[in-house]
Amino acid sequence: MKEIASMHHVTFSYDTEEESSQIQIKALDDVSFTLYEGEWLAVVGHNGSGKSTLAKLLIGLLFPSTGEVNLFLEPLSDANLWETRSRMGIVFQNPDNQFVGSTVQDDVAFALENNGVPHEMMVKRVREALEQVKMSGYVNHEPHHLSGGQKQRVAIAGALALQPELLILDEATSMLDPQGREEVIEIVKKLRGEIGLTVVSITHDLEEVLLADRVLVMNEGKVLMMGTPQEIFQKGKELESIGLDLPFALRVSELLRESGVELQGNHMTEEELVNELWTFHFSK
Amino acid sequence: MLEKMIIGRYIPGTSIVHRLDPRSKLLFVFLFIIAVFLANNVASYAVLLGFTVFVIALARIKPYFLVNGLKPVLFLIIFTLLLHLFFTREGVILFEWKFIKIYEEGLRMGIFISIRFLVLVLITTVLTLTTSPISITDGLETLLNPFKKLKLPVHELALMMSISLRFIPTLMDETDKILKAQLARGSDLSTGSIKERIQAVIPLLVPLFVSAFKRAEDLAVAMEVRGYRGGEGRTRFRQLSWQKKDTAVLITFIVLVAVLAWVRK
Amino acid sequence: MDISLQQVGYLYAKDSPFEKRALQDVTATIPSGSYTSIIGHTGSGKSTLLLHLNGLLKPSEGVVSIGNTTIQAQTKGKQLKDVRQQVGIVFQFPEHQLFEETVEKDIMFGPLNFGVPKEIARDRAHELVKLLGLPEGVLQKSPFELSGGQMRRVAIAGVLAFKPSVLVLDEPTAGLDPRGRKEIMELFHRLHETEKLTTILVTHSMEDAARYSDRILVMHEGTSVMEGTPEEVFNQAEQLESYRLGVPRSVRFQRKIENMMGQRLDRLALTEEMLAHELSALIARKEDRPC
Repeated sequence: MKEIASMHHVTFSYDTEEESSQIQIKALDDVSFTLYEGEWLAVVGHNGSGKSTLAKLLIGLLFPSTGEVNLFLEPLSDANLWETRSRMGIVFQNPDNQFVGSTVQDDVAFALENNGVPHEMMVKRVREALEQVKMSGYVNHEPHHLSGGQKQRVAIAGALALQPELLILDEATSMLDPQGREEVIEIVKKLRGEIGLTVVSITHDLEEVLLADRVLVMNEGKVLMMGTPQEIFQKGKELESIGLDLPFALRVSELLRESGVELQGNHMTEEELVNELWTFHFSK
Repeated sequence: MLEKMIIGRYIPGTSIVHRLDPRSKLLFVFLFIIAVFLANNVASYAVLLGFTVFVIALARIKPYFLVNGLKPVLFLIIFTLLLHLFFTREGVILFEWKFIKIYEEGLRMGIFISIRFLVLVLITTVLTLTTSPISITDGLETLLNPFKKLKLPVHELALMMSISLRFIPTLMDETDKILKAQLARGSDLSTGSIKERIQAVIPLLVPLFVSAFKRAEDLAVAMEVRGYRGGEGRTRFRQLSWQKKDTAVLITFIVLVAVLAWVRK
Repeated sequence: MDISLQQVGYLYAKDSPFEKRALQDVTATIPSGSYTSIIGHTGSGKSTLLLHLNGLLKPSEGVVSIGNTTIQAQTKGKQLKDVRQQVGIVFQFPEHQLFEETVEKDIMFGPLNFGVPKEIARDRAHELVKLLGLPEGVLQKSPFELSGGQMRRVAIAGVLAFKPSVLVLDEPTAGLDPRGRKEIMELFHRLHETEKLTTILVTHSMEDAARYSDRILVMHEGTSVMEGTPEEVFNQAEQLESYRLGVPRSVRFQRKIENMMGQRLDRLALTEEMLAHELSALIARKEDRPC
C-alpha cells in the first residue's frame, strides 16, 4: 500500500500569552499515524481533543513543535507547501466562509486560476467537477441562494477541479442540516467509488465514522486508539466516557442487555441486530 | 425598509441591456455622467430625460419598482429643488408670501438640477440593476488594466471588491439575525435620547465585527490553502467578450452628445 | 401562557421586486406548559414562524395571540416589549449575540433592558452560571475568551436571565459535539420541569422531538400540516415522508422488527429506552410460553 500522509511523533503547543512557557498546553502530544492511498480515515474526538489542530498540521497551516508531518512521502515544509497543497483539497466547516467566488462556477475555478491553469482546460475541469458533485444546474447561482449542503458540494467541486490525491473534510458536515449532511456524505461515497479518492474526515458524525475504513480517536491531544470502526466501537464504554456517541444498534444492544435479553455479539448496524433478534428470540 | 431599496442591487434578466459587456456599460455611464453637464436648456434636459426613459424601457425594468425603490432618493431630489427655490434670487419674482419669495431663475435651476440628479441616479441604477456586481468588477478590472504600469494594484482592488460584494448579503443576513437576537433580549433601537440610541447600537456592532473578523480569517485560510498567492501567474476564468452591440452603445453615446450639443443654447 | 396562531401569513419584502411568501395560512395552538417541537424540512417556514412568537415579525395576514396580547399586521411596536420579556428566544448559534466586556454584564443585558434592578440581575447571572455548569470564575472574563461550548451556555444564560415563561429554542445544539448536545438538551428538559416553562423547540432531530416534547407541529412549504402528540405524528411515517421528514431511529427499527414478525408492538417506541423495554417485554412473553 502506498503511503499518502503520515505523522511521526508530532507534538504541538499553541503559544499562550498569559501563561509562562513552562505550562504550555499540548494541543497534540506524540501523535503518529499513517494514511494509505485510497483509504477513508475518520478522525474523531470531542471539541478540544486536538483533532482540529491535527487538521491544521496536515495542511501546513501550522508546523509541529517536534516530530514530522509527511505528505506524499516528503516532509511538509515551507519550500514544498504550495506544490503539496495543489495536490490536495480541503473543505472546512463553515460553508459561507470558504466560498470565495461570486457564483458557483467562479468559486470552483478559484484554485485553478491560482494555479495558472489555461482557460480552456479550466472551463472543462469546472464543468466536470460540478457534474461530479451534481451541481451542474447551478453554475451561475450566487452563494446566498444555495443551501449549506449545496455550498459544501461546491467546495468539494472546487477541490476536485484540481484533481487532488487527497481530500480533507475538516468538520465539513457539522453545520449542515440532516439533508445537507446526507448530500455531502453521498457525494464522498460516490467519489470514492468512482475515482478511489483518499479521504480524511474530521467529524462528530457517526454515519461518517461507520463509512470510514479506519478511525483515529483523539483525546486530550493524544491518539487514544486507531482501527476499523468495528474494532473501535468494541470499546463502547471507553468512547462514551470521552464524550463520543455510539451507533444506534450498539446503544440498543446495550439497553437490551441491561433489561436481561441475551445477545451474542456487539452489533454495529441495525440489520445485524434485527437478524440476531429474529434468529434467537422471535423465530422460535 | 432596507430590503426594498434597489439602489446597488442586481435583478437578473435577459434584456439587451443585461446582455451588454460590462465594459461598454461602465464606459457609457462614466461618459454619460460628464455629458449630463452639457444640458442647459429645456430642450436638452428633455432629451436627457427622454433618453433615460428609453434606456429603462430597453432594460425592461418595471417603473413601479423603480419609483418604490428610489423613494429615499426622491426625498433628496425634492430637498435640492426646495433649496434652489428658496435661495436663488435672480430673475422675476413669481410668487411672494410674507418673507418667502420665489424667483423665476430659482424655479428653473431647481427643476434642472433635480432632473440632472434624477437622471444620474436612474442611469446608474439601471447599470447596477442589469449588471451583476461581479461583471462590474470584471469590467472595472479590465478597464483599469493599463494603470497597472503605474503600480496601481488593480488585481488586488478588483478581488477586494468582488469579495466585499460577495459578502454583502451574508453580512446583511448576519446583521438581521443579531438585531433580532438583541431585540429579543429587550434591546430597543427606536426610542430614547440620541445618546441612548447610539449606545443601543453597540450590542449590534460588536458581534457584527467579531463575526466579520472571524469570517475574514476563515476566508483568508480557505484562499491560502486553495493556492492563492496574489495576481502573479494567475489565469482568469471569466472572459469578457466585446460584441457589435457594445460598439453600438458607444455610437449611441456619440449620437446623444451630438443631439445635446445641437439643442443646447 | 397559551400561544395561538390563526391563519397567519407572512410576505418577506412586501411590495418590492424581491417579495416572497414565507408563510401561508398557519393555524396552530401551543398550550401553556407544553413542550412543543416544531419540525419541518429546511425552508418549510419554521424559522419564520419562530420570529412571530415574540413579535420580531408581525404577520402580514392573520392573528398571533400570545397570552393576552394579540399581534396583527397593524400592531404597534410598543406593545411588543412586554411580549418579548414573556417569550425568550435562544437563536441558532446564540453565542453570536455576545458583545459585553464580561460574561456577567452580558447575562445582565436582557434583565436590565426589561427593567430588572441591577442587584437582582447580578444575582441571577451568578445563579445561572452555576445552573449551566460553568465555573464561577467565568463571570469576570470576556465572553470571547471562552470555548465554543461555554460561549453557547453564556448566551443561553443571557436569555434565561430575564425569566421568560415561554422559551423558544432554535436548533440549540447545532454544531456541538455529542456530549455537549446531550447536556444542553437535558438542561432544557430540567428547566421545563422545574420552572414550569412553556418550551418550543425547533429541530431537525426527530429523536429529540420524540424524546423531549409532548406536542409536535409539522411545517411544510410555509404552512402547518400536522399537529399532535409524538405518538400521533410519528405513527404517520408515510405522511411525514411526503413532507420530506423521517421518524426517529427507534421507530424505524421497531417497524423493521414488526414487519419481520407480522405483529405490532403495544406502543410506539419513541426512544431507545422505550424500544429496549418493549422488545425485552415481548421476548420475555415469548419465552414464558415456549412452543
